[in-house]
Amino acid sequence: MQLSPGKAMEDRAAACNEIHVGIAELKIARQPDRLITLGLGSCVGVALHDPATMIGGLLHIMLPESSQFNNVNKPAKFADLGIPLLVSEIRRSGGKINNLRAKIAGGAQMFSGLNEKFVLNIGERNICVTRKTLKSLGIRIVAEEVGGRRGRTMILDTVTGQVHIRTVGVRLKVI
Amino acid sequence: MTEHGGIPEFQIDALQEVSNIGLGNAVTALAELLNKKVDISVPKAYFIELERVFSLVGGLEEAVACVNLILEGDISGTVMFIFTDKSAFKLVDMLTGQETGTTVELDAMGASAVQEIGNILTGSFINAIGGMTGLVMQTTVPMYAFDMMGAILSASIVASGHYDDKVLVIETLFFQENDHIKGHFFLLPETGALNKLFEAIGIPAEC
Repeated sequence: MQLSPGKAMEDRAAACNEIHVGIAELKIARQPDRLITLGLGSCVGVALHDPATMIGGLLHIMLPESSQFNNVNKPAKFADLGIPLLVSEIRRSGGKINNLRAKIAGGAQMFSGLNEKFVLNIGERNICVTRKTLKSLGIRIVAEEVGGRRGRTMILDTVTGQVHIRTVGVRLKVI
Repeated sequence: MTEHGGIPEFQIDALQEVSNIGLGNAVTALAELLNKKVDISVPKAYFIELERVFSLVGGLEEAVACVNLILEGDISGTVMFIFTDKSAFKLVDMLTGQETGTTVELDAMGASAVQEIGNILTGSFINAIGGMTGLVMQTTVPMYAFDMMGAILSASIVASGHYDDKVLVIETLFFQENDHIKGHFFLLPETGALNKLFEAIGIPAEC
């Protein structure tokens, strides 16, 4: 049997579960599992990782702020509610808030030929409120892959804290 | 009576029927453009969770071309046409009279060809509905994206102001049998807009 250079990585990928985080959802995982969220457009993915306990959390938000809505039954839809919820879920699972490092991705402008009636810059506003909320919680953003025009898939490795970014027609990127 | 998020069954039926007429007109236009027979499935109106809209199309990471237009006037809402990447390439080949398989990516020309198809389809769709109901509708300039389905669909749903957990979607699959072209049509009406439509076709808005 021939061993390819990527064999060790493949073995590890096979040994861990890949847990899917849907739109307006958040999930927590422990090593060796990975968290994945597919197709972030103007949405923003927030990955939090505690390297000491190897606990990670991933959140997929759609909108910046919940304050303009009366009826909020999915807090993970909003940056301002989803991020604190993600932090408290990580703490409940044994992670320490002081250890947490954040990596964020998404917030793209997907459409060209925009007209003024379209709600502009929703991606930008998502990024902005995400940064602000993380800052208010004292969590440092160590890497980000935001803005631009491309949709992204985001994978958090709870062992290393690395985040893999997948885009259409571009090689996998690690942040 | 089965309810679809407060929309009674008979109104859902009416929506499907109106869409059927509008889309019948739209595919006739497309068939003329391509000089080939184009079929549609019976339009379905759903009142469903946002996440389930995605599963109507396919994989979240699948590369698709999307044309997005905004409806204004008596009925406001968003219209989306989604083609899988391969279908979009074939459409461009058919439109430009090239052999199938010539187009393998969408350059600016290809993108504007797909955009134009969306424009024509939407135009004939709203003309048919306007003619039938007497309602006035206009579309805005089409917007275009080629990327992951999940990224495009979520961005356009959010941008069109559908923030609720459930959305009303009118969906149709249209296809060109021989060339395996598949496209999705979505209409996301604004909630208030529907009552005008029901009134115009003589169905009580509430009963």
